[in-house]
Amino acid sequence: MSQKSYQLSTKLKKSIRNWTVKFPKGKRSSAVMMALRLVQNEHGHLEDAHVEAVADFLNMPLIQAQEVSRFYSMYRHAPGGQFQLKVCNSVSCYLRGSEQLLNHFADKLDIKVNEMTEDGVFSLQETECLGACCSAPCMLVGDDDYQMNMDLEKADQLICSLKQRVES
Amino acid sequence: MSEQLETSKINEVCLRTLHLKEPHTIASYESIGGYSMWRKIITEKLDRQTILAQIKQSLLRGRGGAGFVAGVKMGFIPDTAPHPRYLVCNSDEGEPGTCKDTLILQYNPHQLIEGILIACYVQGIDVCYHYIRGEYKLQFDCCEQALEDASRLGLVGKNILGSGVSIDMYNLLGAGSYIVGEETAMLESIEGKPAKPRSKPPFPAQFGLYGKPTTVNNTETLASIPVILEKGAKWFLEYGCENSGGSKIFCVSGHVKKPGVFELPLGTPFKSLLKLCGGMRTGAKLKAVIPGGSSMKVLPASIINKLNMDYDSLQHHGSALGSGGVIVMDDNTCMVKTLLCISKFYQHESCGQCTPCREGTGWIVRTIKRIVEGEATLKDLSLLVDVARQVEGRTICAFGESFSWPVQSFIHHFYDEFEYFIRHRKSKFSGGFYV
Repeated sequence: MSQKSYQLSTKLKKSIRNWTVKFPKGKRSSAVMMALRLVQNEHGHLEDAHVEAVADFLNMPLIQAQEVSRFYSMYRHAPGGQFQLKVCNSVSCYLRGSEQLLNHFADKLDIKVNEMTEDGVFSLQETECLGACCSAPCMLVGDDDYQMNMDLEKADQLICSLKQRVES
Repeated sequence: MSEQLETSKINEVCLRTLHLKEPHTIASYESIGGYSMWRKIITEKLDRQTILAQIKQSLLRGRGGAGFVAGVKMGFIPDTAPHPRYLVCNSDEGEPGTCKDTLILQYNPHQLIEGILIACYVQGIDVCYHYIRGEYKLQFDCCEQALEDASRLGLVGKNILGSGVSIDMYNLLGAGSYIVGEETAMLESIEGKPAKPRSKPPFPAQFGLYGKPTTVNNTETLASIPVILEKGAKWFLEYGCENSGGSKIFCVSGHVKKPGVFELPLGTPFKSLLKLCGGMRTGAKLKAVIPGGSSMKVLPASIINKLNMDYDSLQHHGSALGSGGVIVMDDNTCMVKTLLCISKFYQHESCGQCTPCREGTGWIVRTIKRIVEGEATLKDLSLLVDVARQVEGRTICAFGESFSWPVQSFIHHFYDEFEYFIRHRKSKFSGGFYV
């Protein structure tokens, strides 16, 4: 368990409160999923201290908040790249070359799947079905930036444009 | 039905705003008569039972995959049940091959809201939680905007249009999980817990969200309701075919020329659907199709080519309509590797609470991997089938079937390919897995 103490900012508390009001009285813990997401959006990933602060704020069992943070796949527990490339490798994308796409990214970035480039700009991972099967192969940059109908050329262009974003 | 589809019979129900300039706005929706049914119901206080009878008569079936008759489900909460009662709209689209609800959320969110309001009214429900998958942030924002606009007009919230009826609605965002699409897992998730399905009974209608009476419906199901009431149950029923009322959104992915999403009358021949997608990718022949999302049983070309896309037709031939995710494979596809891909998904998504599923998914993936790595014997094939059969029907939720059915059907229909792979330590096909 991390010894670092962490406190939710006033801004975060306000955003989380906006979610707790959607649920009945006494059911604040229903807001845990969004609370963790909001904290992660601010800090990039979740540390034990973050989860603890959320549990305290929602007045819920710490173990329950920890379980939630481990069960759902969008929560990260270690730093990822500035741009996290998540290539869907479920069946519709697989049939249309997601494996080839993954290998292409790995080659171009000179990393393996589940690794991060040395400069911390890119990380690469496989992900399960993203619900964009008719635009296969598809992928995400980060949590919700969809890139559809990918091919190798588009993959190169994507890396280029993201690199430019870093430089500017 | 002839193989040549009338173009007028495309996107007439849930996707009927798609052709409009700004399809997602309340102005667009109202321009095609949207919310008129809801206004009528709430201001004239139409009889709940009459509305429910129409939904039943339309034979609208659950579009999430199970195909249960929606009107029957909406009658499960008894009149005497306590309040608050909840409706949960399931937009956690995650079955591989399925990308339909995303279009409703993005391009026709108001029709979904109208459907939700009507469903709440009919069941005396006080609050709706609309659960959207975590990655659909764009679609979530569309739904938030739509909800705000509908609230501003007094169509949702407290004392709707001065009727004294209050229905609150909230959009929620998930955080990445396939199993949360199972109805009781979704209730757990809304309660702020890991999405592990509950044992049934008790069913959600008795003990649902926070222990209160609850109905869970899929997005496409709810979004169909306004059109059913506007055009009449009979229109909807006859739009489809026997036992399969209305339309279904089909998502065609895989080795077709132009993958796409089409809302068509149930009972449309598979061949017509394939034609709409421009046929197979250049130079390729059809080998097999999974007609309803990756957990449904695969059918070889010789069977699917003769079938219509409806509940009965597919079920009578050993598969199911499921979620409408139609995954098409060409004659160069290695079925062994494809099954490995599908099985890995289920291994990754098992919630782990039932032993047959927790253990079974791993066994299956490792056994298929042995085949792909050239280290399997023919005994492994019977082991695969054996494990798959052992799991079916022995888990709390239908996830057991979801990963068992692909294994059983792939091996049943393509046994020679699995056998070839084991004997020759290589695939019989070069594999069409290219971009």
